[in-house]
Amino acid sequence: MRIVYAFFLLMAVLVLNFSMMHLAPGDVADTISQSMGGADQEILDQIRADYGLDQPFLVQLGRYMGNVLHFDLGYSFFYNTPVTELILQRLPATLLLVFTAQILALFIGVILGVISARKPNGIASHFVTILALFGYSAPVFWTGILLLIGFSLNIQLFPVAGMRDVTIEGGIWVHFVDIARHLVLPVITLGSIFLALYSRLARATMMEVLGSDYVRTAKAKGLSEREVVYKHALKNSLSPVITLAGLQFSAVISGAVLVEAVFSWPGLGTLAFQSIIARDTPTILGILFFSALVVIIGNLLTDIALRFVDPRVGSK
Amino acid sequence: MNKLVKGLAMATALTASFATFAKAEEPKMGGTLITVLGTNVRNLNSAVQSGIVTGFPGAQLFASPLRYDENWEPQPYLAETWEVSKDGLTVTLNLVKNAKFHDGTPLTSEDVAFSVEVIKANHPFKAMFAPVESVSTPDAHTAVLHLSKPHPALMLAMSGQLMSIIPKHIYGDGEISDVKTHPRNNENVVGSGPFKLTEFKNGEHVILERFDDFFIEGRPYLDKVVMRIITDPAARAIAYENGEIHMGAFESLPRVINRLKKVDSLTVTAEGYGAIGPIDWLAMNTTKGPLADVRVRKAIAYAVDKNFIHKALMQGTASDSTSGIHPDSPFYAAQEGYDVDLEKSAALLDEAGFPVKDGKRMTLTIDFGWPGVKPQVEYVKAALKKVDIDVQVRASADFPTWAKKMGTMDFDMSWDTVFNWGDPVIGVHRTYDSTNIAKGVWSNTQGFSNARVDELMAMAAIETDPTKRKALYGEFQQIIADELPVYHTNTVPYHTVYNDKVGNPPLGIWGSSTPIDMTYLKE
Repeated sequence: MRIVYAFFLLMAVLVLNFSMMHLAPGDVADTISQSMGGADQEILDQIRADYGLDQPFLVQLGRYMGNVLHFDLGYSFFYNTPVTELILQRLPATLLLVFTAQILALFIGVILGVISARKPNGIASHFVTILALFGYSAPVFWTGILLLIGFSLNIQLFPVAGMRDVTIEGGIWVHFVDIARHLVLPVITLGSIFLALYSRLARATMMEVLGSDYVRTAKAKGLSEREVVYKHALKNSLSPVITLAGLQFSAVISGAVLVEAVFSWPGLGTLAFQSIIARDTPTILGILFFSALVVIIGNLLTDIALRFVDPRVGSK
Repeated sequence: MNKLVKGLAMATALTASFATFAKAEEPKMGGTLITVLGTNVRNLNSAVQSGIVTGFPGAQLFASPLRYDENWEPQPYLAETWEVSKDGLTVTLNLVKNAKFHDGTPLTSEDVAFSVEVIKANHPFKAMFAPVESVSTPDAHTAVLHLSKPHPALMLAMSGQLMSIIPKHIYGDGEISDVKTHPRNNENVVGSGPFKLTEFKNGEHVILERFDDFFIEGRPYLDKVVMRIITDPAARAIAYENGEIHMGAFESLPRVINRLKKVDSLTVTAEGYGAIGPIDWLAMNTTKGPLADVRVRKAIAYAVDKNFIHKALMQGTASDSTSGIHPDSPFYAAQEGYDVDLEKSAALLDEAGFPVKDGKRMTLTIDFGWPGVKPQVEYVKAALKKVDIDVQVRASADFPTWAKKMGTMDFDMSWDTVFNWGDPVIGVHRTYDSTNIAKGVWSNTQGFSNARVDELMAMAAIETDPTKRKALYGEFQQIIADELPVYHTNTVPYHTVYNDKVGNPPLGIWGSSTPIDMTYLKE
C-alpha cells in the first residue's frame, strides 16, 4: 500500500515539475544558443522541432510520462546523453560527499552534544554552542572559499577543486588517498551545517534524558556516571537525532549544490542547478526521480537505525 | 585574396609563425598540461557546436583547413595550399596527403565535402557557409568549394573551431541534420587534430592524449592535456596561484585578473581574443517609446561616462570599444566617442520633446542577463538620473528568462555582450541586419533598420578586395556609432592565464580555440 502511494506521489511530483518547467520563460533552445554564442532562427526552430518543444504542452507531457512509465527517463536536451547515464555518472560523487559529511557530522555532533549536556554551563558546552551557531549561520560558499584560501593556497595541504587528480598513477590505495584528500574540505564545509544541527539537538535531548526519573534511579542504584550516560541515557536520546538525520537525506541535492559549486565537485547538485538554468526538463525530472529514490532509501535506513536504538519502534 | 595565394611550404610557414612568439627557446617534448574550462561542456563536436567552451577541446580533436597567425594572415593546416579563383566563386583546397583520423582512416576530400554539408545543416552560424553551393572532389586530396557569390568571410570561417573536418565514415551513418545529436559527439570522438579523446566526464574533465599519427611531423609536443571543469572563478584563481592548473583562458572578472597579475609565477594577458571579438554594450530598443528617437539615444550616450566603466567597473582590464567590431580586428575603425557631457545630453532631451516634469523626463527600464554585468546596469541607472531619466532595473531570474525578453524585444535598454566570431559577416551583421530583427537572443534585438547599413553589409559581404572591404566597414561603423542602436562601451576583459612552466601558450587571434600542438611544458 505504501509503495502504491509512493508511486502515485512520485508521478504527481513529475507532472507538477514538468508543468512548472513549462511555465518558466525561455526554453532549452535559448540556452543551447547561449552555449554556442548565438544561433540563427532556423537552427533554433530546428532544435525545438527535434526535441518536440514545438508541440502543445499536453502532448509533450503525455510523451514524457509515457516514457517514464516504460522506465525511460529520456535524453538530456542539453547534454545529448541519456538522462540515466548522466545521473549515474554524477550520483556516486554526491552520495560520497553527502554520506561522509552526514556520518561524520552525526558522530561528532552526538559526542559534542553529550559532552556539553553533561556540564551545561561548562566551557565545553559554550564552545559547542558557539560552534553550532557559527556552523549554522556561516554561508556555505564563504566557509568553502575561506577553507580554500587557508588550506589550498596559504598552506598547500589540500587540492582546490574536483574529486580526483587524473595525473597520478598507482594502485587502488593511491586513488583512495587521492579522493580522500579531495574530500576533506568539501566534507568539512558541508558537515559544518549538519554538525551544528546534530550537536544542538543531541545536547537538548541528552539534557532532557539526564533529568528523567530512570536516570536518577540508575544513579541511585550506584551505577557509574559513565555507565549511566553512555548505556542508559545516550541510547534514549538518539532517536530524535536519527530522525532528524533521516530527514536531512531529502537535502541530498539541495544542500550539496553550493558546496559542489565551490569545490567543483562533479555531483548531482551542480548538474541539477545547471539543468534548471538550461531548461533541460528531462534531466531535472530525472534528478528528482533519483533523489526521491535516495529519500526512500534514506527513510528505510533511518527506520532500521531507529529500531536498533529503540526496540519499541519495531514492535509497534 | 583574388590572386592566387601561393601557399608557403608548411614547414617554413609554421616555423616562421612559431619563431615570432617562442623566441629562441627549444620546445620540449612530453608532459601533461593541466588546463581548465569554466563551464561544463555540452558537446565536443565543434562542427555542430559553436561556443568558447567547445572551442578549446574541439580544436584539439578536429583539424580545420586553415589556421591564422597573429597578423590575421591565413596559414596552411589541413590545406597545404589553397586558391581563390579570379571571380571569387571557386575556392580550391589542396589537402595534405598524410592526414589521418584518430582511428587510422586517411582524411580525404570526401570528409571535407561531408563536413561542409554537416556544418551548413547544423552549425548555428548560417552565414559562414551559406554561399557555398556544393563541394566537388576531383581527387582524394582536392576539395573545390563552389560559391553562389564571392564570400571573403570564408577564409576565417575555414579556421579555428569554425570548420572542423569530421570523418564521414563515423558521423555519416544517419541523416545530416542528426549529426548534432550523434552519440559520438561526446564519446569515442574521432577527428584528425593533434590530440585524441581519452575520457570525457560530464562536469568533471576532458582528457586528451597525443595523437602519434598527427599529420605535422614531430607535433604535438605535449603527451597529455587535461581540461578540468571548474565553474567557480574564485576556485580557479586559487588553482592558478598554487600551480594546480597550468593555463586557462576566458577569465573575465577584473578583481581576479588584477589579483593574478600580481602573482610572480603567472602571466595574465588579454592577447588572443581578436577573432572571438567579445564586446560589451548598452542595447537600446529603437522601435518603441522615447528610444525610437536617435536624439534620446545620443543623450543617453552623453550621460554615461565610459571612463567610469573602464576605470571603476573594469578596473583597467578592458579596452575601449567604439564600434560593433572588436578593436583587434583589421576591420576596426575607431569612432569618435560620446565624451560625457551632461549639458549636451539635457539639451538633446529637451529638443526631442522630453522636458523635466515632476522631477523626471521619462521612465525607462534596463535589463541584464547575468549577475556579472549588474554593476554596469546600476551605474547606468545612476548616470541617467543626472539628466532626470528615471531608470528601473529589471533583474531576470536566469539567462533564458532574459533571453526571452531580448528575443521578443520586450525591453527598453539592456546590457549585452556579443562576439564577433572572426569575420564581421559571421558575428557582426546579425546585430544590425534589418532582416534579422527579433530572431532570438543576439539577433537584431534593437529592431534597428537602416537601408544604407543593409546595403553596406551586403556589399562588404562580397567585396574581395581587402582595402575596399575595409572602407565599406569603415562607413558602416560610422553610421552605427551615429545612429546608436547600441552604445559600445568596452571589450569584455577576457584574459588568458598561464604559469611560467608553459611554453608558447595559444595567443593567436583565435586564442584557446586553436590547436595547441606548439604548446609545451618547460623543465
